[in-house]
Amino acid sequence: MLRRTGILAGLFGLALAAATGTAMAAGEQFVPLLSYRVGPYAAGGSGIFGGYIDYMNYVNMKEGGINGVKLTWEECETEYNNSRGVECYERLKKHAGGASMVQPLSTGITYSLIDRVAADKIPMVTIGYGRTDAADGAVFPWVFPMITTYWSQASDIIKYIATKSGGEDKLRGKKIVHLYHDSAYGKEPIPVLEAYAKKLGFELTLIPVAHPGNEQGAQWLQIRQIKPDWVILWGWGVMNPTALKAAAKVGYPRTKIIGDWWAGSEEDVIPAGDASKGYTTAVFNESGANLPLVREISKVVYGAGKGNLEDKSRIGSVYHVRGIVSGIVTVEAIRVAQEHFGKGKVMTGEQVRWGLEHLNLTEARLKQLNADGLMPPTHVTCNDHEGSGLAKFQTWDGNQWKVVSGWIAPDKDMIRSMIVESANKYAKEKGVTPRDCSKEASM
Amino acid sequence: MSFFFEVLVAGLLSGVMYALVALGFVLIFKASGVFNFAQGAMVFFAAATYAGLQQEHHLAAWIALPLALAAMVVLGLAIERVVLRPLVNQPQITLFMATIGLAFFIEGMSQMFWGSTPRGLSVGVEDQPFQWLSDRYNVNVSQFDVFAAVISGILVVLLALFFQRTRIGRALRAVADDHQAALSVGIPLQYIWAIVWAVAGFVALVAGLLWGARNGVGFSLTFTALKALPVLILGGFESIPGAIVGGLIIGASEKIAEVYLGPHVGGGIEGWFAYVIALAFLLVRPEGLFGERHIDRV
Repeated sequence: MLRRTGILAGLFGLALAAATGTAMAAGEQFVPLLSYRVGPYAAGGSGIFGGYIDYMNYVNMKEGGINGVKLTWEECETEYNNSRGVECYERLKKHAGGASMVQPLSTGITYSLIDRVAADKIPMVTIGYGRTDAADGAVFPWVFPMITTYWSQASDIIKYIATKSGGEDKLRGKKIVHLYHDSAYGKEPIPVLEAYAKKLGFELTLIPVAHPGNEQGAQWLQIRQIKPDWVILWGWGVMNPTALKAAAKVGYPRTKIIGDWWAGSEEDVIPAGDASKGYTTAVFNESGANLPLVREISKVVYGAGKGNLEDKSRIGSVYHVRGIVSGIVTVEAIRVAQEHFGKGKVMTGEQVRWGLEHLNLTEARLKQLNADGLMPPTHVTCNDHEGSGLAKFQTWDGNQWKVVSGWIAPDKDMIRSMIVESANKYAKEKGVTPRDCSKEASM
Repeated sequence: MSFFFEVLVAGLLSGVMYALVALGFVLIFKASGVFNFAQGAMVFFAAATYAGLQQEHHLAAWIALPLALAAMVVLGLAIERVVLRPLVNQPQITLFMATIGLAFFIEGMSQMFWGSTPRGLSVGVEDQPFQWLSDRYNVNVSQFDVFAAVISGILVVLLALFFQRTRIGRALRAVADDHQAALSVGIPLQYIWAIVWAVAGFVALVAGLLWGARNGVGFSLTFTALKALPVLILGGFESIPGAIVGGLIIGASEKIAEVYLGPHVGGGIEGWFAYVIALAFLLVRPEGLFGERHIDRV
């Protein structure tokens, strides 16, 4: 008898839990997180996804969600592995009422998901990584390489180098080495750098570093022989501190090395110790525990013991703030979508895509969010899925990153024409008919 | 000419660093005939433990070092007790598979204990060129690389003496030749394996400290194993001098290839060029330069 009562109670409990779960899912906006917290890239993954979760928690705790719709999420460990990324996406895309959007934080996984997200009608946001020509929203309606792409970044870096050299005309005859991770990621900016070399008349030398990049003696001996005026470091993981150490070993000044934003976190410079001092990188988000929004998150989320970072010293680090930027983009796109399709409602993937294509994060809006200066103003449209393309530059002083420039804009005309040309080529190969954005703008 | 000399010296010194990791593989292989897939993970765990004790628990180097060594010895003993002992007399492939599992376990355990954030590490020697060499001959030779070479040299001498001149060393060689025969003449197999895994842990600690000081302490230290593989193929899996000579040949040839051949073929060849050399040797001398030639009666 006792046993039967127990079984009945258990079944009742299960039914209640299922009913509650359904009810909760109905009022909640689900965000799948294809994260990586173990393996070789765990430092980046734990920092960025930590910031992403912290921001969503912050919105839930501070505002009760987006117009009352709470954000929910579930993590799936990809280990930065393409096949596991696809597996995670497939597992979570229909979870809890369906995914609002996906941010895979991996160029490889991005490429693997491009066709799938289009078929599933789930927008994919890739901030500062991914496929550059997907910024052409007419050809890639479901992919958003937002804020800035690798091509814009290459343009920003050349512009910064030109500023430091006394103007673009002063780059004629100069030597620039592009030291890059020998992968699709490292090769991505080469067309832009080559176009600039032709246009501005500097000598560009391409030096690849085989993965993982923990041995660069030969490359830096070549650099020592070339005696370049500048070295662009397009590295990832252990390649970055190794490059800085190897530069010190051959006596190349770190002040002449400009890294990209995946070579510009604390995790890239601290392991290299003093060899990192004076090293500068591009960045699309500021960092620091004293940023107003970071302080707020610290107070509200970490104060309540709900912070995601185990190591509290990482609060406000480059990766952590980058994750906060991902959170802001997610929340604001859903908010814009709700304003159009109904406040307080759970948005579908298609509706969130609409929100992304009408996202206009002006300086005023960023100020309202306590995030002015933390990230660049960004205006996404049906045609332009990138937005601003702006980047700042930061220099490592031995203890922290110091911002050393304002927002620098890329040569948008040049980059945009390259993006459209490449996207059209893709459309032709794949038989995609580009959308007519002029007809969609008023939807 | 001075540039070629500089490339050559840099290559030789890098080769010494590869040899350091290769030594750990050799030790285990000599004792058990097993290729220890977990050696790279052990290098990572050793360095992470030392750096974590120093930076997270604020221990002085002279306390952190013996504690890290103790951790490696305990790890070695635990591997013998929990993983290897139940697998005595099992096929080599079973032991190899066990070390694959071990590698993932140690990697995960390291990140669980010490976090995923890379750390800096200093052994007190700057990775800067000798100024007088630079000024006088325009040749850059790193002080740190020379220091690492000296440490490796000392380690090789100590290991050679251990294997050749001690009873345990001789017993170890007997175990390597034939487990069952060694057991039948009263050599305690488990004891020998425990010792050799503990010594491999010590070698992993030395390699971890030097590689960690060079590139930082992070998960990427597990990749150092990739650098040791061609060294082992070339030098032989059972030879300590082979690890050193193999390291020197691989280090020098990959650097020379990258600098002089790389620019003509798009660069980035050093990663796979080392394996080309190793394969070429493998075709001519399958047992490696210093490996034991096996003659089977038929």
